[in-house]
Amino acid sequence: MPKPDDEKKYWLDDPKNHDKIFYGVLVICTLIAIPDVLSLLNILYHKHIEFEMENIFEFYSLYGLVCYVGLVLIAKQLRKVLMRDEDYYD
Amino acid sequence: MIEGLNPAFIFLLGALLVPITSGIVRSVIMLSIPVVALIQLYTMGLGVWGQYEFLGLSIEMTRIDPLARVFATIFCIAAFIGTIFALHVKDTIQHFIAVIYMGAALGAVFAGDMITLFVYWELTAISSVFLIWASRTERAYKAGMRYLIIQVSSGVILLGGIILYYQDTGSIAFEYLGLGSLATGVILVAFGIKACFPFLHNWMQDAYPEATVTGTVILSAFTTKLAIYALARAYPGTDILIPIGGVMTVFPIFFAVLENDLRRVLTYSLNNQLGFMVVGIGIGTELSLNGTAAHAFAHILYKSLLFMCMGAVLFRTGTIKASELGGLYKSMPVTTVFCIIGAMSIAAFPLTGGFISKAMIQSAAGDGGMLVIWLVMLFASAGVMDHSGIKIPYFTFFAHDSGKRVKEAPLNMLIAMGIAAFLCIAIGVFPDALYAILPYEPTYHPYTASHVITSLQLLFFAILAFALLIRYKIYPPELRSTNLDFDWFYRVPLKNLMLAIGRLIAIVWAWVSATANDAVQKIITATADTHGYGKVMARTTSSGVAVTIIVAVLGFVVVFFYR
Repeated sequence: MPKPDDEKKYWLDDPKNHDKIFYGVLVICTLIAIPDVLSLLNILYHKHIEFEMENIFEFYSLYGLVCYVGLVLIAKQLRKVLMRDEDYYD
Repeated sequence: MIEGLNPAFIFLLGALLVPITSGIVRSVIMLSIPVVALIQLYTMGLGVWGQYEFLGLSIEMTRIDPLARVFATIFCIAAFIGTIFALHVKDTIQHFIAVIYMGAALGAVFAGDMITLFVYWELTAISSVFLIWASRTERAYKAGMRYLIIQVSSGVILLGGIILYYQDTGSIAFEYLGLGSLATGVILVAFGIKACFPFLHNWMQDAYPEATVTGTVILSAFTTKLAIYALARAYPGTDILIPIGGVMTVFPIFFAVLENDLRRVLTYSLNNQLGFMVVGIGIGTELSLNGTAAHAFAHILYKSLLFMCMGAVLFRTGTIKASELGGLYKSMPVTTVFCIIGAMSIAAFPLTGGFISKAMIQSAAGDGGMLVIWLVMLFASAGVMDHSGIKIPYFTFFAHDSGKRVKEAPLNMLIAMGIAAFLCIAIGVFPDALYAILPYEPTYHPYTASHVITSLQLLFFAILAFALLIRYKIYPPELRSTNLDFDWFYRVPLKNLMLAIGRLIAIVWAWVSATANDAVQKIITATADTHGYGKVMARTTSSGVAVTIIVAVLGFVVVFFYR
């Protein structure tokens, strides 16, 4: 479907703004990582833990990052085994 | 309200009015049914009604206890939202069947004995299939057939289990069963089919995405959560459910990453959410069972919301394939916002329904020192962030612009999505309202600094991972494809085996009938040889000759034997 030419430009249409979003995510992640630094220095925030493992510095951040990347990379490999044509069953 | 009237009957009787009305009158009736049922539920209070002795069995039609009430409450809310979403539909069959289906699910929740449970269990199966067939496509017809076979089998297995259980114990009460005998094992399998246990799960991914735009929304709320209710009633603290639930949280997320049909992505995501609930039942502490009930409640809200958003997109664009979509935020901005709220809620961001419910199950695993399942669920939480938290809104409304310019969703759909989105946030902000109706004394406080921060760390670093994978073009592109799942085994090899057996039977039958034909032919030929016209056994003689022979024989006898 061709895009209408006279359409209004959206903020997201500009690729430069994609970079801004990326850096925005980086900034938020940096901010959200700070409490673990405070916890390490025993200032203000103290992490409530149930397992020893949670004491690892930035455990949740790293776990989220590693799991997510691992999940996507494994799934990508699974495609080689599982993927068939769209009308495979028809 | 009428004393002792089972709220499910309000649905089942109200459904009879649906085919004989139309237009605004029908809409008003359909919208009042869940409202009246909910009022009836709370005016009845807790207790037991409708006890009968039937053929020596104790039937208990209506039992309302806190566990039944929390599920019944969310079923009524889901029925109300689903009905609003479907108001524009003109198809009488769909409306009628939807109300029957909702009533059946509600009736099963109130069942105090397993015979009543069985009747409603089968009614949910038989009614719901029409929501799939209502798509009126070849694919939907076939998927509906497979769905019906599996769902009805679940009921038949349940009935078998009930009969065994009755022989063992002489009781059919629907209470704690536990896993200790063949009977309870069989019943667990029956529940497991509807609850989408691993290898028993494919009916959902197969059939739900083929249902109508509105049908999928309604289907997604009831059948599987009825199974969760049944498990929570009969098998709390059954250890085997912990690994089963753990597998359920993990394996669907890989498929969800790969799948192109976004409604199918949501069914995988649904399967993953059911896993959390099953783990909660398996742990079996008051906290974890509260967690399961709360998670079912919150889950129905955000899952309906996501299915509604995808339904609205399918309704407007005619496709729900991620490879064909993108950039829809320009033309469907309100739906986009609602979808993001649903996505944040399922990903369990603080201040949403998912946060205050899933955390209870996670904490219960922590309290029990169950490190493995705790890590598995944390991994699955990062996975939810991918397939439902990011993939659904990103590939539909953002990503590359597909150039599709459509109208915003119809008003009734927006209202339904708005109510669901509002409730997702409301129970996230005011969890005490939900906690108050949970089966056990609520002791859990979700909003501790530690819990909020660790959750945000997990989620935002998952978002960072996505941003990196997209930026460096590692994230797998959406492709038009079919991804093989366990249903391959019965859709390809088993089907081929059955066809081969069919051919073998045809060959054997042809041989048997040819041989028999041959034998009969030989008998006919032999008979013709002896008894045929002019043959030795068929010769005729004139009566004169016959009389002469008889007289001769008589004369012979008289002459030689007369004394």
